[in-house]
Amino acid sequence: MIDFSILIDNLDTYLEGFKNTILASIIALIGSFIIGVIVAVMRISPIKPLNWIGSVYVEFIRNIPLLIITFFFYIGLPSIGVTLTGFVAGTIALAIYTASFIAEAIRAGIQAVPKGQMEAARSSGLTYLQAMWTIILPQAIKIVIPPIGNQFINLVKNSAILGMVAGLDLMYFGDLVSSHTFVTFDVYIFVALFYLVLTIPLSLGVGYLEKRLARSH
Amino acid sequence: MDIAGALSVDHLKFLADGFKVTLFIAFISIILSFIIGILLGTLRFAKIPFLSKVVAVIVETIRNMPLLLIIFFTFFALPEIGVKLSPTAAAISALTLFESAMLAEIVRSGLNSIDKGQIEAARSSGLTYIQTLRIVVMPQALRRMVPPIVSQFISLLKDTSLCVVIALPEFMHNAQIVYAQNVNYVIPIFVVVALMYFIVNYCLSLIARRLESKQA
Repeated sequence: MIDFSILIDNLDTYLEGFKNTILASIIALIGSFIIGVIVAVMRISPIKPLNWIGSVYVEFIRNIPLLIITFFFYIGLPSIGVTLTGFVAGTIALAIYTASFIAEAIRAGIQAVPKGQMEAARSSGLTYLQAMWTIILPQAIKIVIPPIGNQFINLVKNSAILGMVAGLDLMYFGDLVSSHTFVTFDVYIFVALFYLVLTIPLSLGVGYLEKRLARSH
Repeated sequence: MDIAGALSVDHLKFLADGFKVTLFIAFISIILSFIIGILLGTLRFAKIPFLSKVVAVIVETIRNMPLLLIIFFTFFALPEIGVKLSPTAAAISALTLFESAMLAEIVRSGLNSIDKGQIEAARSSGLTYIQTLRIVVMPQALRRMVPPIVSQFISLLKDTSLCVVIALPEFMHNAQIVYAQNVNYVIPIFVVVALMYFIVNYCLSLIARRLESKQA
């Protein structure tokens, strides 16, 4: 029923898109992790203005569609003279969007460690940073890994947004293949399979980690 | 930038029309996916031989695909096998399909969070399995599910913006028409669109938070 010759004839095109989807996801993950940590630290810091900026970032970005952020970088910025390629605009937007969710996950993780631990570490003579680094963070990381894993899966799926700004990802090349073979159904079944090859193992991995870390508590 | 020109009365009316479509599509999809999500989640939880496995495979496959791909597929690929949908019908079907799978997982983990002893106790008091689920397990699980369900609805509302690819006349689509007229309209229109989404979604998230703190 499904015509595999489409996949075989256009394998290079598919793989090019697959590669770019993975590349955009990894760059965006690293970017969103860095922004996420900074924003999370701002949100738990005792300095009020930093706190406020962190909260505004998280609440605003979380509650608007990724598409608007992407279009802002791809269409909005050129209108004031800054031009970015679709790949760059899409990847930046993905990093900014995902960072708001990662920041929340990290903040929740740090706050889930009982306050007494920090107090005990401080009274044993550790500085704030030492206590954070050696006592609080190792425990927080365990809590934070599964939600960050889930965010990464979302990020991979959301990377399809690059297709809307000519970002050379799987969606974009799928569109290209379908426009020169005049076939849509089969072409997109294969696009879906490429996404599933990425996301299903990730989901299983995150599920496994969730169970293991829950047991070790 | 031309803020006054971008935000003329006609433009704002046109944007409001788009926003109505967004809310309409989101509302219908929320109701449908809530019903289907509860059904699928319960089927997967109940561990019925074969059927639960099939549901699990379907839910996992849909959940792990990009929504944009599903929207694309329902509108552009289905006509090839003889199923022609209008943009509105395609948008509602795609959103419902995807969000039902997401909700099914929320429902399943909600049901799983209820102590197994409760099911055993209810069954030993003579209730059937269906009665146990309906009277004992579901009401408690639903209460725990409310916050994640509301966040899922927030993402559904945001995701409706992806329907621009199938030219559904929703908020983003109308916004594109307005800012395409003049390059100086782009930034002001983006700000207005982002703010509208933000206001609605932020209110929803406040409701979710209130429900969450009420439970604790």
